[in-house]
Amino acid sequence: MSSAGTDQDDIPLFAASRKVYPQSVSGPFRRAKWIILFLCLGIYYLLPFLRWDRGPYLPDQAVLADIANNRFYFFFIEIWPQEVYYFTGLLILASFALFLTNAVAGRVWCGYLCPQTVWTDLFLAVERFFEGDRRERMRRDAEPWGFDTLWRKSAKHAVWLVIAWWTGGAWVLYFADAPTLVRELATFTAPLSAYVWIAILTFTTYALAGLMREQVCKYMCPWPRIQAALTDDEALNVTYRYDRGEPRVSVKQAAKLRAQGAPAGDCVDCFQCVAVCPTGIDIRDGAQIDCIQCGLCIDACDTVMSKIGRPTRLIAYDTEGNIQRRLAGLAAIYRPLRLRTLVYAALIAVVGGAMLWQLATRSTAGMSVLHERTPLFVTLSDGSIRNAYAVRLLNKRPEHRPFALTVSGLPGIRIEAIGAPPSADLRPVVTVDPDSSREVRVLVTVPAGVPLVASQVITITASDLFAGETVRADDHFIAPGTQP
Amino acid sequence: MDQKYEDPHVDAATGMATTGHEWDGIRELNTPLPRWWLYVFYATIVWSIGYWIVYPAWPLLTDTTKGVIGYASRAEVSADMARLKAQRAAQAAGMAEATPAQIKADPTLFQIAMAQGKAAFGDNCAACHAVGGAGAKGYPNLNDDDWLWGGSPAAIQQTIRHGIRVAGDNDTRVSQMPAFGRDGMLKREEITAVASHVRELAGLPTEPKADLALGRKVYADNCAACHGAAGKGNQELGAPNLTDAISLYGMDMASLTETIANSRNGVMPGWAGRLDETTIKALTVYVHSLGGGQ
Repeated sequence: MSSAGTDQDDIPLFAASRKVYPQSVSGPFRRAKWIILFLCLGIYYLLPFLRWDRGPYLPDQAVLADIANNRFYFFFIEIWPQEVYYFTGLLILASFALFLTNAVAGRVWCGYLCPQTVWTDLFLAVERFFEGDRRERMRRDAEPWGFDTLWRKSAKHAVWLVIAWWTGGAWVLYFADAPTLVRELATFTAPLSAYVWIAILTFTTYALAGLMREQVCKYMCPWPRIQAALTDDEALNVTYRYDRGEPRVSVKQAAKLRAQGAPAGDCVDCFQCVAVCPTGIDIRDGAQIDCIQCGLCIDACDTVMSKIGRPTRLIAYDTEGNIQRRLAGLAAIYRPLRLRTLVYAALIAVVGGAMLWQLATRSTAGMSVLHERTPLFVTLSDGSIRNAYAVRLLNKRPEHRPFALTVSGLPGIRIEAIGAPPSADLRPVVTVDPDSSREVRVLVTVPAGVPLVASQVITITASDLFAGETVRADDHFIAPGTQP
Repeated sequence: MDQKYEDPHVDAATGMATTGHEWDGIRELNTPLPRWWLYVFYATIVWSIGYWIVYPAWPLLTDTTKGVIGYASRAEVSADMARLKAQRAAQAAGMAEATPAQIKADPTLFQIAMAQGKAAFGDNCAACHAVGGAGAKGYPNLNDDDWLWGGSPAAIQQTIRHGIRVAGDNDTRVSQMPAFGRDGMLKREEITAVASHVRELAGLPTEPKADLALGRKVYADNCAACHGAAGKGNQELGAPNLTDAISLYGMDMASLTETIANSRNGVMPGWAGRLDETTIKALTVYVHSLGGGQ
């Protein structure tokens, strides 16, 4: 250290990486994590193959992001590009759900559901299968590698790569017809972009879940930082109950102390909670950014407590407020209904309700009208005035739909559409293909003698001849105006 | 212990080392990253050197280094354009065989023809006929239903191919209205009278002192042969209908007098040799669909 206090060159800005060797553990939290892992991965890998009948003109894949045709399909929901505000709603819902679970029970997302956690768990299981549990892995890494270590590590990396490749392979299936793409991939006839994306996701999965693991949570992820600012004393978190655990003494010492009537904590300093931790931290240091709250230390500690005949849940889902209350001799209170949880729940209800309402009342037809500006109006040989419009009709149903066009707003006003034959009642009929849009040039004419000003409002209406759905649009009708 | 807390590089509250950076008394804690992250950063610097070698990178006095794979963004654009051209050729294949009427009946071909026609119109026709065929004085508005030489697809195609009054083209649209004043065929008062009569034909008010009887006679002798006795015009001769609400050069007395005295005889180039047949067909469909097509 220099005397001036500004020369900091000798302070290390980078830490040597410390490998974490999580030990295997069993218990209810571990079991829950296995179940969630199988559910999540099962959904991820198999969902693209689920079919959903949408008729002859639309893809039958239940979940499909059809980038080429600008459509997103999710079971009965179909989203057009101009409806991506649904995704905004989903993102708002996701963040409020994250905040709500955090206010109720801490980092549930991080501990059980985050892809980083799920894949890392899977990769750790593979590592454990080939290289053994914590002690054996530590011994192998400390020793010079023999043939046994070499083949076990090679096999581990090979299996990791296969899982990673499968992960990337499943990803691309969400963007094309899954069975077709699988066949194309197998026969090397798939588009290049599919292979490139599989390669990218293979690499990221292998690197993030196999090599970087807890470093992703500790250094890359923004959520722990935000979470630390959003939690409070009444939120359940994976907590070391230091009111019960301190002072830490050995089992024998504790028995002796208790016999004397002196205080003795339940924590026997066995470090099992540290050994099983996937991020390599000590939960007894209190709430910390590095803790993903997976609950595995609860399982580890419960095992030890059962063996030494002390009550379990020395580490448990508890609140900081309860520890303080117990230290003060008061009873623990659990308050999941607090102002912040109620506000989050209300916001979720409002946004979710608005989205459901939008979805339920979503129209399956649409029309946009654009006045042609060159020329603004045309005088015809009989003195009548004509305006032209570019009318785009949207058909969001999976069938051909004929729309009859009518116009109103001025006496004697007529409408015709280029390339659209008039029906028996002289209304032009524009047939739009299933799930697509069509633009037609529409001519609106007002006979000579009708008094006109420079600009007046007219209404163009398109009615589905079969289903009866009607869409309207107002626009201006431009005339020579008040000139003599 | 005391030593530690006195050290200005150690934060008293957390016991963590600081980076020495300080803003208004707030000091930055040193939270060290794993060292291999630093190595990844160095690796990206090394990686960038590869770009210097593979891609055009370094500016020279008059040029840049080329890079070993010979990549150029201009060549990429050219390749894209060639692909587009090939794609358009495939679409145009259907248009080459179809008549304008068949194109209008086929929604796909119609859409392609309208897009190509609009682009070709903007490039070649809009200079005179204005964007969207709005026209100007002396240049017909193509959106209306008044046609000098006919508004059927065949007539429009013929006009685009061979133009109007094109010297040396036997199929061009041709007719010649005499310059009645300049060539001394009519006297001044006769021109004024016949101009008044034309306004009478169109249903427009005439001046009280106008000699309509003289006008009628002059019209019958000199104009009716082409414009018809009732002034309804004749598309075979490109003679405009004088009775409708549309006129190319104006129906006020001054404009009419100028037209009769000097004649107009507007011209339009023929496009047969300059544009390919498919483009002319697309233009035909486009112009016919502007609103006045017959």
